Amino acid sequence: MSSEWPLWEIFIRGQHGLNHRHVGSLHAPDAEMAIRNARDVYTRRNEGVSIWVVRSNDITASSPSEKGPLYDPSNSKVYRHPTFYDIPDEVGHM
Amino acid sequence: MPSLPDMTTPNLDALAGQALAQGGHAQVPAPDAGQPQFVEFLQRMGDNCLILGHRVSEWCGHSPALEEDIALANQALDLIGQCQLWLGLAGEVEGRGRDADALAYLRDAGAFRNLLLVELPNGDFGVTLMRQFLFDAFHIEMLRALRTSADPRVAEIAAKAEKEVAYHLERSADLVIRLGDGTDESHRRMQAALAKLWPYTGEMFLDDAVDQAMADAGVAPLPSALKAAWDRTVASVLDEATLALPADGWHHKGGKNGIHTEHLGYILAQMQFLQRAYPGAKW
Amino acid sequence: MYAQLVKSEGSKTREEMTPEEIAFQDRIDRNEKIEPKEWMPEGYRKTLIRQIGQHAHSEIVGQLPEGNWITRAPTLERKAILLAKVQDEAGHGLYLYCAAETLGVSRDELLEALHSGKMKYSSIFNYPTLTWADMGAVGWLVDGAAIMNQVPLQRTSYGPYSRAMIRICKEESFHQRQGYDIMMKMCAGTPEQKAMAQDALNRFWYPALMMFGPSDKDSVHSAQSMAWKIKMNTNDELRQKFVDQTVPQAEYLGLTVPDPDLKWNEEKGGYDFSEPDWSEFFAVIAGNGPCNAERLGARVKAWEDGAWFRDGLMAHAAKASERARAARHAAE
Repeated sequence: MSSEWPLWEIFIRGQHGLNHRHVGSLHAPDAEMAIRNARDVYTRRNEGVSIWVVRSNDITASSPSEKGPLYDPSNSKVYRHPTFYDIPDEVGHM
Repeated sequence: MPSLPDMTTPNLDALAGQALAQGGHAQVPAPDAGQPQFVEFLQRMGDNCLILGHRVSEWCGHSPALEEDIALANQALDLIGQCQLWLGLAGEVEGRGRDADALAYLRDAGAFRNLLLVELPNGDFGVTLMRQFLFDAFHIEMLRALRTSADPRVAEIAAKAEKEVAYHLERSADLVIRLGDGTDESHRRMQAALAKLWPYTGEMFLDDAVDQAMADAGVAPLPSALKAAWDRTVASVLDEATLALPADGWHHKGGKNGIHTEHLGYILAQMQFLQRAYPGAKW
Repeated sequence: MYAQLVKSEGSKTREEMTPEEIAFQDRIDRNEKIEPKEWMPEGYRKTLIRQIGQHAHSEIVGQLPEGNWITRAPTLERKAILLAKVQDEAGHGLYLYCAAETLGVSRDELLEALHSGKMKYSSIFNYPTLTWADMGAVGWLVDGAAIMNQVPLQRTSYGPYSRAMIRICKEESFHQRQGYDIMMKMCAGTPEQKAMAQDALNRFWYPALMMFGPSDKDSVHSAQSMAWKIKMNTNDELRQKFVDQTVPQAEYLGLTVPDPDLKWNEEKGGYDFSEPDWSEFFAVIAGNGPCNAERLGARVKAWEDGAWFRDGLMAHAAKASERARAARHAAE
């Protein structure tokens, strides 16, 4: 059996200047075709978006067993969360 | 489908529309009436899109990979959309009350004006891709030229279609290169596809009286004027694909004048079946 | 549904579970999502691969009965809508294969299992689409039944599956509506069109009911899958919900549901209806439906005929990257 097209992870930045966001994956023989396939599969051809593709094998992910040490510290920094602050109603939406 | 405003003669059009809306016959002749050559030209544009879109859509669910299936469906959708615009305008200019659907579903083969190239059977995936590339390389030049058409409706359709077709060409050219310069088998298949299709490419660049009239009116370029650019695109892509350019030989023709291959009849038998079996039904 | 008779691995009481399995079940009970590469019981992984794989296969085989009519659609607009819909099904197959791939199986392996008959797809796609009204009936009934199952699956415990379902549900919202729209047009059309619509309902009603799988009392695999939140509702629950939703829609169209025993049951607040012929269901699953051979044959042919294309592109990618490497080397 022939070799399978590698798997790519697809990241797309929409029109509104937000960060690239992971939208899914697909198969393609190389990066250039992965971008084109992403355009057809995940944007159905929307113009004006930016696409990143990364070979799935090249992604290094935090390992689930490290879940405690990696994530706990920031969980304690509650001041990073907007709800940490009590804003009086009179001030309005913030 | 977006309706295209007639910027040249808005009042006449509006009057004609009103008259029709009131249920009577239009008292005011359509502004473009008496332009059979213009209608002819618009049908050529629309029929190419319709028939090629039909062929490409035959792959849906049968392509070699899911990613390719989805990409081809996008292409077929673009072509069907373009066909609706061209044939819609053709019906409007003709002024006999036929819309795009009436033209697509109720003409017999002899009234179709598409190139023979686009009605040829899909063959293997290589033939499909090569046919797409050879046509895209022509289509893009035609649409670019039409953007400066003296008829603003034509220019507007061309501007929309050009963006889509630029992407079709990017894809088809790239795949021809990759498969030509892939395995021995993919190379052999692409070369065979080219040999099979080459005799159908000459028709794209033949000028006739319709083309001359359109060129004189500033509506469309002479097809022969597009050949140099097409030659350059094709030569450079085939070179990169390590495929040999076929020697120029015999070229088939006839589609533009309604003399088709046997294949078109079967396409229409399928496409028009419901409209023919249940005349006048609404779907 | 698109996944019927998915065999579920193992079914343990809490006392029989290892501490790891208990912790895992607790996470699921707290509605936490399980993500790829996290620890999971082997049975959970295998059951998911079967279910997601079967769901993916159903999407791509499901392209065929409708794809059948793309070249015969009666207007240009209907042609475009149908093509876009069948294209979505290819996309949904793609998302689901990708979700399955996070569990350590490749798309090619899954396809091979489909082609060899080791893995199944939904029984519904082994029925023929004989008239244009079938495009209406498939959208209305088959997509309607599918949505019934897929909406709750957005909350399934496995993260990638849940995310794929969210995307699919979003894209699929027009599928059922376009089917019903076709039915409305035909029911308001000529007597022949209306007869065609009734005929389509007659042929697709019971196969649509079969999509939810056998009755709960005969469904051996449900309990474990529900505990794992891979399956969110029982077969009978969904079937009842589907009937209750669909009967008024049929009435609006002026069509008759082909079940003489169908009647409203005030007490339970739902319809009483006849069970489909389950012997037919098992025959179709076993490969003896009207279109099994054709459907599978079409998929195998597409795959085999496309091998040179996929290989050619891989070969080119290898050549191009080798050339780029050599060029960099020369430049240094």
